[in-house]
Amino acid sequence: MEYIIIIISAVFVNNILLSQFLGICPFLGVSNKVNTAVGMSGAVCFVIGVSTFFTYLLNKYLLVPLGIEFMQTVAFIVVIAALVQMVEIILKKISPSLYQALGIYLPLITTNCAVLGVALIVVTKEFSFGGEPHMMNLAESMVYAVSTALGYGLAMILFAGMREQLELSDVPESFKGIPIALVTAGILATAFMGFSGLV
Amino acid sequence: MSKLSIVTKGIIKENPILVLLLGTCPTLGTTTSAINGMGMGLATTAVLILSNMFISMIAGYIPAKVRIPSYIVVIAAFVTIVQFIMQAYMPSLYATLGLFIPLIVVNCIVLGRAEAFASKNNVLDSGLDGLGMGLGFTCALTVLGLVREILGSGSAFGHKFIDGDGILIFVLAPGAFIALAYIMVLFNKFKSKIS
Repeated sequence: MEYIIIIISAVFVNNILLSQFLGICPFLGVSNKVNTAVGMSGAVCFVIGVSTFFTYLLNKYLLVPLGIEFMQTVAFIVVIAALVQMVEIILKKISPSLYQALGIYLPLITTNCAVLGVALIVVTKEFSFGGEPHMMNLAESMVYAVSTALGYGLAMILFAGMREQLELSDVPESFKGIPIALVTAGILATAFMGFSGLV
Repeated sequence: MSKLSIVTKGIIKENPILVLLLGTCPTLGTTTSAINGMGMGLATTAVLILSNMFISMIAGYIPAKVRIPSYIVVIAAFVTIVQFIMQAYMPSLYATLGLFIPLIVVNCIVLGRAEAFASKNNVLDSGLDGLGMGLGFTCALTVLGLVREILGSGSAFGHKFIDGDGILIFVLAPGAFIALAYIMVLFNKFKSKIS
């Protein structure tokens, strides 16, 4: 039951893009087409999942015992940069077609704030999913990270679909490009506000 | 390029948010009031100046292949320092901005300026570039914060001037997107008028 609450909360209620504003740059940058949005969300989901696993362990078994939690930001970003590089090399070997499809978006994931954001949230914030507030354990952290990433993908793909329609419509000159995309995102965020209070 | 124009180009011509569209996450996430926006802007400015100067000092010694990871580690170190200072002297602002302070590390403006400007210019110019970009960022954040605060809670810089609540949606998530869109439109109009 607790896991279901975590999933609903991370995907819909506290959607990382539309209510926490993490990872907006690729959200606006690569969401012109549904295809690229799907590829980008897939890559981000994977990196968020794997990096959260490693940063959680790093924090628990190295930084906390040594009493150097202030190194979290530096240590996590190094882990994430290394992981993204590793994912790139592995993908190139085992699935060149997927590697081709993701192209430039892969290295850019290092500077996606959603990745570092989730890694920091799971080790610093207390959650109370229907119970006492507590720090998340590894299983809860992983469920939280993966469902947050799914929420990211959901918002990104919905938004890309809307932007494809937008290209066909008659937009006032000054609103062309980013401003109208932002207004659209605002309306999408309003729709997601409807989920608040669900859990 | 004169020293002055290095500073001023960041404010209007190459404004990081309104023109280059870099660093949108903290822009939307922290501007629930003018004070918060300004605090976030100044924290980023401090990191920008310090990391720009340091990176321009060491750029010549870093092999091209590992430069991006090296820059990120340098930036992360300065962010940690700024984080400590804010925690000690501005605890309430630090608590409000929360996660967005460590996330300055992945703010595209900081890495972008390191790569585009600091790695190719001398220490003084890089510092000035950081100052200009930081001020442009701070201005945009303060204006956005002010607009959202006036509409959303009927106050400006914490001083309330109406009774009761404002239009609540402007302090919530959707208002951030919509307010930024309209500010961008007005800024583009203004920019095309003067040039």
